[in-house]
Amino acid sequence: MLEEIIIAGFGGQGVLSMGMTLSYAGMLEDKEISWMPSYGPEMRGGTANCITIISDSKISSPIISEFDTAIILNQPSMDKFESRIKEGGLLIYESTNIREISKRKDIEIIGIPAAQEALNMKNGRILNMIMLGAFLEKRPVVKIESIIEALKKVLPERYHNTLPLNREALERGASLTEIASGVLS
Amino acid sequence: MSAEELTLIEKTDKNISEEADALTNSDAAVNICDADEYSVVYERPHTLLDVNMHYCPGCAHSLVHKLIMEAVEELGIQEDTIGVAPVGCAVFAYDYMNVDMQEAAHGRATAVATGIKRLLPDKYVFTYQGDGDLAAIGIAETIHTINRGENILIVFINNAVYGMTSGQMAPTTLAGMKTTTSPFGRDTSVYGYPIKVSELISQLPGSFYVTRQAVNKNTAVRKTKKAILNALNYQKLNKGTCFVEIIGNCPSNWKMTPLESNDFIDEHMVKTFPLGDVKLPGAEDLKQLNQTGDKQPC
Amino acid sequence: METKLMKGNEALAEAAIQAGCDAYFGYPITPQSEVLEYLAREIPKYSTKEHIRVVLQAESEIASINMVYGAAGAGFRVMTSSSSPGISLMQEGISYIAGAELPCLIVNVNRAGPGLGTIQPGQGDYFQATKGGGHGDYKLIVLAPSSVQEMADFVFLGFDLADKYRNPVMILSDGAIGQMMEKVTFGKYNVHKTEKPWATTGKPESRGRNYITSLHIQPEKLEVHNLKLIEKYKEIEKNEVRYEEIMTEDAEYIFVAYGLSARICHKAAIIAREKGIKAGMFRPVTLFPFPSKRLNELAETAKLFLTAELNSGQMVEDVRLAVNGKVNVEFYGRLGGMVPNPEEIVNKLENLISKENVS
Ligand SMILES: Cc1ncc(C[n+]2csc(CCOP(=O)(O)OP(=O)(O)O)c2C)c(N)n1
Ligand code: SF4
Ligand SMILES: [Mg+2]
Repeated sequence: MLEEIIIAGFGGQGVLSMGMTLSYAGMLEDKEISWMPSYGPEMRGGTANCITIISDSKISSPIISEFDTAIILNQPSMDKFESRIKEGGLLIYESTNIREISKRKDIEIIGIPAAQEALNMKNGRILNMIMLGAFLEKRPVVKIESIIEALKKVLPERYHNTLPLNREALERGASLTEIASGVLS
Repeated sequence: MSAEELTLIEKTDKNISEEADALTNSDAAVNICDADEYSVVYERPHTLLDVNMHYCPGCAHSLVHKLIMEAVEELGIQEDTIGVAPVGCAVFAYDYMNVDMQEAAHGRATAVATGIKRLLPDKYVFTYQGDGDLAAIGIAETIHTINRGENILIVFINNAVYGMTSGQMAPTTLAGMKTTTSPFGRDTSVYGYPIKVSELISQLPGSFYVTRQAVNKNTAVRKTKKAILNALNYQKLNKGTCFVEIIGNCPSNWKMTPLESNDFIDEHMVKTFPLGDVKLPGAEDLKQLNQTGDKQPC
Repeated sequence: METKLMKGNEALAEAAIQAGCDAYFGYPITPQSEVLEYLAREIPKYSTKEHIRVVLQAESEIASINMVYGAAGAGFRVMTSSSSPGISLMQEGISYIAGAELPCLIVNVNRAGPGLGTIQPGQGDYFQATKGGGHGDYKLIVLAPSSVQEMADFVFLGFDLADKYRNPVMILSDGAIGQMMEKVTFGKYNVHKTEKPWATTGKPESRGRNYITSLHIQPEKLEVHNLKLIEKYKEIEKNEVRYEEIMTEDAEYIFVAYGLSARICHKAAIIAREKGIKAGMFRPVTLFPFPSKRLNELAETAKLFLTAELNSGQMVEDVRLAVNGKVNVEFYGRLGGMVPNPEEIVNKLENLISKENVS
């Protein structure tokens, strides 16, 4: 297994931490991982992205130009990365914010209204976990349990009371893929 | 927002200042209001380029840029002014200030300014520096430049942290203040006390006018403007270095809203760094200044 | 053994603590400020009355490297880290440290230059690191990590080599390796303690006084000192060459790259193999001593070497010297903080191969 993922959006949408949580979960499952952030300018306010790679064997380049999956949280990132998804790859995008969607026919495209859903769940910060849940439903590269374990490690103790909410968000994201796929087919 | 980052940003292809030049010089501006009915009450100084600044919202840097450029405009010395930008969040000051400028290595701005002023003694030369730049890595240059009495203006933005590199401790960080490199608060037994640069350099005979101001409220802004205006003007006298310290804010790295950061200045910063003039020119000097008149190369 | 997910800079800092680093002196600069920040947070937990451990933010890189000089001269395990502009400022101090034969660790998380340049990764400091850097005739041992694990491992190795040879060691990394996160396992190394009878610890009755200096005012004496240093560098070249080879056994085309570039070339070699091109990769791990001998051997069988760097062509000169005309050595570089992707490098190789076939 080798899954090369780009996660991109605005700073503050939890782009970097989504990749980090996924990496952590991969580590807990004894997989090889690499997480390469766009550091510097883009981290605050502007756009942020990270390349996360999960693999069963040693990872060569942490910097790649084509991805198996793109998880896209804003329009500029959609414009920048949609053409760089490999044939047969997966594009998951946040559908309340993004209006212009890739027209490619050779990849699977799924819109998840994660921002809206996060509002429904009364916590804007779990947007990224909803997206992650959707991704893992389509590409179960790590188990949800490992994500929860990872969150325990990544989150400071005082936030551990949000673990059930995070789990709910992951599950919500997963179930939204069915609805989204259903509409498409 | 950390600017080392922001700064080095997105401006790959276009030279922003050229672009801005083109804009300001074009006749494209449409007059939407009738001059008889409306009068202009406030305008951006023409010495400040019409571009978006990279500073975080509410940051003092942008405001102080404007004040310096207003002063340059009011004195009519745009053609005779040369600025030196630091390494710090203001590293891109040259993208905003529409005067000739040089970008110095970290801490070396006053040495660069010395080089300029010694060869162009009739020009108005200023440096614009943060506390890391001026009081840490560049403290030797700062002291020696002022000790030589270089006839320049030093504008010193004291925001008590390294803004650009994301909030590390600066020589001016308050005792007990938490930063990324003083995570338990500045321990004075390890790092000593915040350096009061204005008081320190006022001891040097080479300093001519030394003042500490702020820009966290309207009255303070007006005083700062006046200080910069005077300091630039004093260059005509060739009597030594003018030093305007401005207590700035860094909402991003202080982890505060801009308003909270303004209050923090009143509640904490000014206790360590009291505002006001530290060293003033004598009456004789000022008399001479009045005789030299306005709008001439210094 | 303990496995963690860490940034390269953090792994390096953690390794410093575990390798028994007594003191760290540094000044913030992107993209390596995490080292100072991590140590500012963590070192105080380890400092005791019996074993004082120090982390100090200096007022500049000039001060940092001279603090290193002092503490190393007093016999302690010390280090500093910075990125390109700061390393330039340290050059005077490094020259003194090399002259006085003080063991210490200097980390350069290379960003692209010249001047302020940008904060994105670069390899433009290769010449500076491997050819001396400051004034006078001296060498650093230069280690080039290409993973977060190696960011940690080379701290242990670096301190040991520094102590063994009484020589400054540089870890030459880059912004990407410093900022990326990977798994890193600690606990593989033992901490070695080296006796340092030459250190200025205060003179007991039992010995003469120790002094640390790089001054040898009489040319005759300086020349003796110079020759002694050169002997040491030869010894290092004999014992400490390190490199990694990937798919080189049957390779006709060999990428030569270090650090981040090597990671990219590794992938490029995989892609090339998928396309039926017999490609491999050779990665110098020590940049000084440079693995010239092995490169020369590989030149016997390979058709072409392609060196890839994040600069305008620096290490390629050493590769050419190593193979001494036996094989054609080509170069591919990106500049300004731009990082090539593996496909780009494969394209370059394909172009070269087709040219070769035409001629
Ligand atoms: C030789 C060197 N060392 C370190 C740096 C990294 N650096 C850039 S700006 C800065 C500090 C800026 O702080 P300050 O002068 O207070 O300006 P501010 O951003 O707060 O306005 C540092 C350490 C550098 N560019 N060059
Ligand atoms: S708020 Fe701080 S980090 Fe942001 S621009 Fe101002 S000084 Fe720099
Ligand atoms: Mg500052």
